[in-house]
Parts: sequence; C-alpha cells; structure tokens
Amino acid sequence: MSVLEREASVGMTPEHIRSQRLPLVVNIGIGVLALVLSAVLVLSTGIGNWVLVVVLGVVLYLVGLLAAATRVEGRRSARNRLWRSLVYAACVLAVLPLASVVWTLVSKGAARFDGDFFLTSMNNIGARDENGGAYHAIVGTLEQVGIAALLAIPLGVLGAIYLVEYGRGKFALTVRFFVDVMTGIPSIVAGLFVLAFWVLIVSPWFNNGVPRFSGFAAALALTVLMLPTIVRSTEEMLRLVPGPLREGAYALGVPQWKTILRVVLPTALPGIITGIMLAIARAAGETAPVLLVAGGAPFINFDPFLGNQSSLALFVYQQAGDASKYAQPRAWTAALTLVALVLILTIAAKLLARRNRLSR
Amino acid sequence: MAKRIEASNVSSYYGSFKAIDNVSMTVEPKTITALIGPSGCGKSTFLRSINRMHEVLPNARIEGRLTIDDQNIYDSDVDVTAVRRMIGMVFQRPNPFPTMSIFDNVVAGLRLNGVKRKSTLEESAEKSLRAANLWDEVKDRLGRPGAGLSGGQQQRLCIARTIAVEPQVVLMDEPCSALDPISTLAIEDLMFKLKDRFTIIIVTHNMQQAARVSDKTGFFSIDKTGDPGRLIEYDDTQKIFSNPSEKKTEDYITGRFG
Amino acid sequence: MGDYPSRSVDTDAGGPGATDGRDWAAGSGVSPSSPGHPPLGGGGALPKKSRFSTESGFRALSTAAGAMVLVIIVAIAIFLVSKAMPALQENTENFLTYKRWFPNDANPNFGIAALAFGTVLSSVLALLMAVPVALGIALFLSHYAPKRLATPLGFTIDLLAAVPSVVFGLWGRDVLLSPVRDFSEWLNKYFGWIPLFGGNGPFGRSVLLGSLVLAIMVLPIITSLSREVFQQTPGMNEEAALALGATKWEMIRTAVLPYGRPGVIAAVMLGLGRALGETIALALTLSATFDISFNLIESGGNTIAANIANTFAEANDTGRGALIASGLVLFAITLVVNMAARVIIYRRREFRDNAA
Repeated sequence: MSVLEREASVGMTPEHIRSQRLPLVVNIGIGVLALVLSAVLVLSTGIGNWVLVVVLGVVLYLVGLLAAATRVEGRRSARNRLWRSLVYAACVLAVLPLASVVWTLVSKGAARFDGDFFLTSMNNIGARDENGGAYHAIVGTLEQVGIAALLAIPLGVLGAIYLVEYGRGKFALTVRFFVDVMTGIPSIVAGLFVLAFWVLIVSPWFNNGVPRFSGFAAALALTVLMLPTIVRSTEEMLRLVPGPLREGAYALGVPQWKTILRVVLPTALPGIITGIMLAIARAAGETAPVLLVAGGAPFINFDPFLGNQSSLALFVYQQAGDASKYAQPRAWTAALTLVALVLILTIAAKLLARRNRLSR
Repeated sequence: MAKRIEASNVSSYYGSFKAIDNVSMTVEPKTITALIGPSGCGKSTFLRSINRMHEVLPNARIEGRLTIDDQNIYDSDVDVTAVRRMIGMVFQRPNPFPTMSIFDNVVAGLRLNGVKRKSTLEESAEKSLRAANLWDEVKDRLGRPGAGLSGGQQQRLCIARTIAVEPQVVLMDEPCSALDPISTLAIEDLMFKLKDRFTIIIVTHNMQQAARVSDKTGFFSIDKTGDPGRLIEYDDTQKIFSNPSEKKTEDYITGRFG
Repeated sequence: MGDYPSRSVDTDAGGPGATDGRDWAAGSGVSPSSPGHPPLGGGGALPKKSRFSTESGFRALSTAAGAMVLVIIVAIAIFLVSKAMPALQENTENFLTYKRWFPNDANPNFGIAALAFGTVLSSVLALLMAVPVALGIALFLSHYAPKRLATPLGFTIDLLAAVPSVVFGLWGRDVLLSPVRDFSEWLNKYFGWIPLFGGNGPFGRSVLLGSLVLAIMVLPIITSLSREVFQQTPGMNEEAALALGATKWEMIRTAVLPYGRPGVIAAVMLGLGRALGETIALALTLSATFDISFNLIESGGNTIAANIANTFAEANDTGRGALIASGLVLFAITLVVNMAARVIIYRRREFRDNAA
C-alpha cells in the first residue's frame, strides 16, 4: 500500500482513475435555487432590494456549488471549481465600473457636445447662461502639453541614451533607480514643486516681484511628470536594438555619437514614439498640477508665459464644483472630450507598438 | 505497483497538425522501454500522451485508446489528476520549484494529495531521496533551495519528487540531455534500480543510452517535415540494435540517417 | 556590452592641434604624437583622441540629461522644504499631531494628523478592495482566459489606466454616490453596531466612496504588473506541478503564486503609491472634514492631496506654505513606498536573471 493510499486515502490503482462529474443540470439547478432562496430571504424580511438578492444569490450559489462538488467530485476538484468561479467573478466585477464610466461619459457628455462648446470660452458666462465652452481650456491643454513635450522629449531621450549607451557603474544604477522611483511621484507634489520653485521664486524676477501663474508653469510640472515615463520607455526600446547593428557601425569607424543618432535611434524610433505618446496622454489628463500653478482663467489666453491659463482637466474640475445647473453638462462634455483625446493617443500609441518589429 | 500500458491506434494533434499517427504498442510492467528516433518524430508527444500532459498545450488533442490495466485513460469520466498521479513524469530539463527547499520539492506531490503528517513526509522524503541516489549528498541541507543544486542533482531531485508519490509508471522525457556524462551515468544506474518498482518509459536521443538501459525499444520516424511521426518498429532492444527487421531502423541505428 | 571604441582610447592623450575632431590619416608622415609617446608599429601614428570632440560633447549632454532626474528629485525636496519652513515656524500648534487646518488665521494653527490618517485609511481600504480583484483578473488573463479574450480584455484594462483621475472623480460623485449612499444606509441599519458602519448620517460622500473610486483607479496598475509576473512563470514548473497530479488551482498555488509573489508585492506597493498621491478624484468624492475616525460610511474623510486641491484657492502666504509642508510629507511617504517597491522589483530581476 502506498503512502498516499495509507495517509490520504487516495486511490493509486487504475481502478481509481474514474471520478464523477457534477452534471451541468445540477450546477444550473444550484444557481436557480440559490437565487430563489436569496429572493425569498431578502424580500420576505425586507432587508434589502434586488441588489442584495443578486449578491446573496451569488454567495449562496458559490457555497452550494462548493458543497455539491465536494460531495460528488471530491474536495480538491471542488476547490478548483470555486477558485475558477472567483477568478471569473473578479473579471465581471472589474468590467462593471468600466462599462458604467463609458456609458455615463457618452450619455451625459453628449448633451453639450456641440459647436458652441468647442468654439467659445467661459468669458462672461454667468450662472444663468447655459452656453459657454471649453475653447480656452483646449488651447491651454494643447499649449501646456506641447511645451512640456518639447522640454521632456529631448531630455528624456538623451537621458535614456545615457543609461543605455554611456552609463556604467554606480551612478548610472542610481539614475536608473530614481527614474523608476520618479514615475511614482504624485502629480500634486510635482505641482507643489513648480509652485515653490517657479511661481513663488523665479516668476517674481520677471514680474516686479509679484508671483505669477502661467501656462508655462503648468508645462514645467507636466515635464516633471513626463520625464521619467519617457526615459523608461525609450531606455527599454534602445536596449532592444541588436548589438551587432551598433558593432557594425563601429567596425566601419563611425563614432559612437553618430552611431547612436544615425543607427540606434532610427531603429528604435517607433517604440520611442509609442512611449512618448503614452506620456503625453497621461500628462494631458493631469489636473492637480495645473490647478496649482496655471491659475485657471475663464477667458482665452494664447500666451503661456503671460497670464492665467486653464486646461481641459482643470475645466472639468472647475465646472464640477460650480453650483450652476448648466455647469454639470459642461463638465461631462469636457470629460468626454478629454477621455477621447487621451484614449485616441493611447490607442494610436499601442497600435503603433504592435506594428513595431523590435518589440516582437 | 507497476502496470501494463497499452496504446492502440493513438494519434496526437496540435490544432490541425498531426504529430503522431496511429501508434500501437504494449509496455509490460517492470520493464524499461526506450523510445528513439530523429528530432520531431513525435516520440515526446507520444510520451506526453501517456499521462495526458499532451493536452496541457493549447489546441492539443488525441485520438485512439490508451489503457493502463485495461482502463482507458481518455474516457470522458476519467479524472486527469488521478492519471497523472499514477503516471509520473520527469522532464527534459530539471525543473525543481525555484521557490521551494529541497525537502519541500520532494514532498510537493504528497502535500498536493493531502498528506499532512510531518513524520510521514520526512520518512517519505528520505526514502525517495535514497531511491534517487541523492540522499547522501543533500541530507545535511534539506532546507536549502532546490535550485541551488547542480544540474544532475536537480534532475535526481525531480526523480525523487516524482517517485515520492509512488506512481505505477514513470515517464522520462530525455532526462539526461541537459546533463554531463557523469550525471547521465548516475541517472542510468538509478533507472536500473527503479525498474524493480516501476514501469519506465524513456525518450532518448542517445542510442547508446537506449541500448544500455532498456529492455524494449520503439523506433519512431517521419518521412519528411510536416508529416506525422510513426512507430516504425517496436521490439526487444537487443533485436533492434543487432538485427532490426525494418530497413529504416537499420539506417538510423547505423547512422545512415537522422 | 563590450568596450566601445571611445572608451578604449586614452582620453588624456590629446595632442596639440587635435582639437578639431578631424581624423588624422594614419601614416601621413607627420606624427602628432608627443615625444613621450612613440608611435607603435612602423607605418605611423594612429589618430589621437581629441579633448573636445563632438563625441565627448554628446556624451556630456546625455550624462547631464540623465543626471537631471536626480537633480529634479533633490530640487523637489529643497524647494518644498524652503517654502514650508516659514509657515511651519508661524504655526502655533504641533504640525505632526494637530488635527485641524487653519493656516490662514492670524494665529496660524494647522496639523497633518487627520489628513495623514485619512490618506492612509482611504489608500489601505482601496487596496483591500482592489488587490483581490486585480489578482483575480491577472490570473484570468494569464492562466484562465482563452487568448482571443485575454488580449482585448488586457488592452481594455490598460486603457482604464489612461483615463484621467478627474473623470473618475466626476463619475464617483455623480454616478457612484447614490448607490454607495443606499448601501451605506443599509449597512448602517443592519450593521450599525460595528463602529466602522455606525453614525447617524448623513451618508454618501464618505471614505467608502472615496476608496471605491481609488480602488478602481489602482486596479489597472496592480493588474498589469501582476499579470506580467504570472505570465513569466516558467512553463516547466507549471508542467511539473500538473505532472504530479495537481488541479489547475493547485498548479497556480504551487508554481505560479510563489514565483510571482515578490512581483505582486511590488505591484501592490506601486498601487499604494498611486493611491496615496491621488488628488482630484478624492477632492471630488470626500467631504473634507478634519477628524480621525474609523467610520467608513458617514460623510467625511480627507487626504493630504485632496486638502491641497480643496483649500489652495483660498490660501494666503502661510496657507500655501502649510500646504507645501503637507505636500512634503506626502512626497516623503510616496518616495519611501516607491523606493521599497523598486528595490523589490530590482532584487527579483537579479534573481531571475541569475536563475536563467
């Protein structure tokens, strides 16, 4: 007699390889029974509504299934079943809020999705005016994100080149580590940093000693947030460039900087662009730093260096906090616009990544 | 302990690709059977079909009958886990669980099957490690990670893990291909020792190894790439290596092919 | 990575006239070498490495860009401290233990106790809700779902990560609020004897609502990282478990979960970092009170970040300084959490690379 037969009463001979399965009918039966039982329990005692019926029903079903399967199929198989059900349940649970967000965005955002919204600002729009739009905010977002990209892309790509091509030893490891750490810096902290550094200390130099909010300050904060993302994604792409490609160029006597600019970067370019687009998408959705340093103006201001600016995300936040009954539809439409912008960027980036030969 | 295995008209598929075609053979209890043949001839696929590991891969399926003591393991009411418990497997590359100690690795199968008592586990671990000729080398460091052993030791650890469950049949999929000659010899010695208790089927690339260890040998081959593998000849090892009845077998044995 | 050409050449050996970066033809007859370095080989000297070439300029530029990251992190600390100090000196209460927030008064009195408590409470609660679900989805994507389903679903989860936090906040306040309020009233009615669900209302804009929204927001981060580590489980270990007669779940418990554990811990900590710093979603869903209370369902709750967003507009000089001081605390906390997570990930990567 084997250890298993003795200690765990597990059959180890060919006669024991067969086991009973819980028939599907029983499975469904347990489900129906659980739901009915739950409905009777909940509704007769009046302790809840249909939501509780469903929740309790699911719990009862899982318990019943576990009990029935343990009886028919054995403990291990029953446990296997239970965990599979839980894993599937987790997925349903996660998809529900996502569906709700999408549905709300579209249904509530469609109300003000009109020409007026995209062509006017909030200048001179009072609490009783139902029109007003986000033109100024869109201008702000584009300018701030654009400037941030101009600053962060060269810095980020060069930083990644340092890490991959030149960086050796402790210093490079430290840089790499803190690039990773920096990706986790809260956006509000980046906002506070630019507030302390640029708005409160540097900007008074140019403004007769008075601190000044500006779109450029927001761009600086977004730069801080974009930089680590771009360094990381570019670094990953550069590392994928095959070594022989570099060596081939070196063997021809091409200096290293030229090899990097003419051979390595172009090879990795599609992947780098993907990373940059994802970073831009993330920056475009940031509210907190813009709230702290851009000032948030209701009027159109094309100059990012002079005077307050708004942004789409900030516009959503401000309208959400506005007491006017016309503010909520504006907030939702702006949110829809923002999500559309961000998702288009993200999806385009991911599709580009899929076509990228290097990452295969 | 050991049981007879009978395959009749077994064909295995990966999706629409037919990997082996119509294999029939009988493996007697307490023997060592070697499966040889060129790369891609389906001998590993056939081996994996015997304990239903073939179907772990996506879209893999099988046709035909495969019985162990007249019980068809591919019947619909068969519990796959029971089959695999009874028919253990050692893989090509040593694969101890990297997060577990040597001891935990050996008793992993027992724990999975519900053995909890510590004394039983310890007793069983020692017995299996001794049977795998590994006890003397690791008895002082059972709590150390299994991944810290040498390749040959890791493979013997995997054999110990497999036989700890006390299966009826042990399948070995090129168990020595990743090992040096000395470790290979150690494992071959081990196979002779295990033969008293288990039915062993081994897939090997190494014809000398097949000739050294096995009682019977099956020769698999394919006509050309993309064709399914077939069992060309299956006979006593001595006969296969001295006087094969098929021309293809002779070509392969003498090195004129493959 | 072997030695690159530029590294194998002695950088200190720049000769006179060799600063223009032009290559000297070997064997041109005019050796630029100094007498101390006789040319090797018969034909002539190899070109000298110049002191200020494009190469070294480019190298310096990229090194500076890399160093920029360190500069920024240090600068964040320095500038936050410099702007926080004056406000902290004017504070009439203990910054770390005082609960209320009146930095704009003539006698500024403010403390971070309630805010820090609220930050930790809502983040931990969010993780308690998000982690099991995230691990479930990660396992589903890596081991249960057919590939046809796993790819689009994984893509969708990644998109969820891209949705701006202000949108989640708006959704939480306008859509999720009323079911959460109903649920809170129900909890209070039947489980009011548990302090977590006690109180007399009003309910709704509570820690529960805030952490639910937070949970949804950190879900994609934890999911995608855990999914990655689960997928990296060596197939041969999974097969080993199956070959011992494990069921699918037992295989996951024996081979997949232990192997992925450090990665999952790191993922959870990154999620925690994100939750701690989340601002706008919580500014929109919490009620901004200044209590230390474990009551989850009564209107209330506040966090460091949400408080900054809520009170920034009315803040005077001291008020701003006080907010910056609170941001400094947040920075320190998230820095520690993120560094710990990264150390775990780095260790694991080394372990994996060595094992391979």
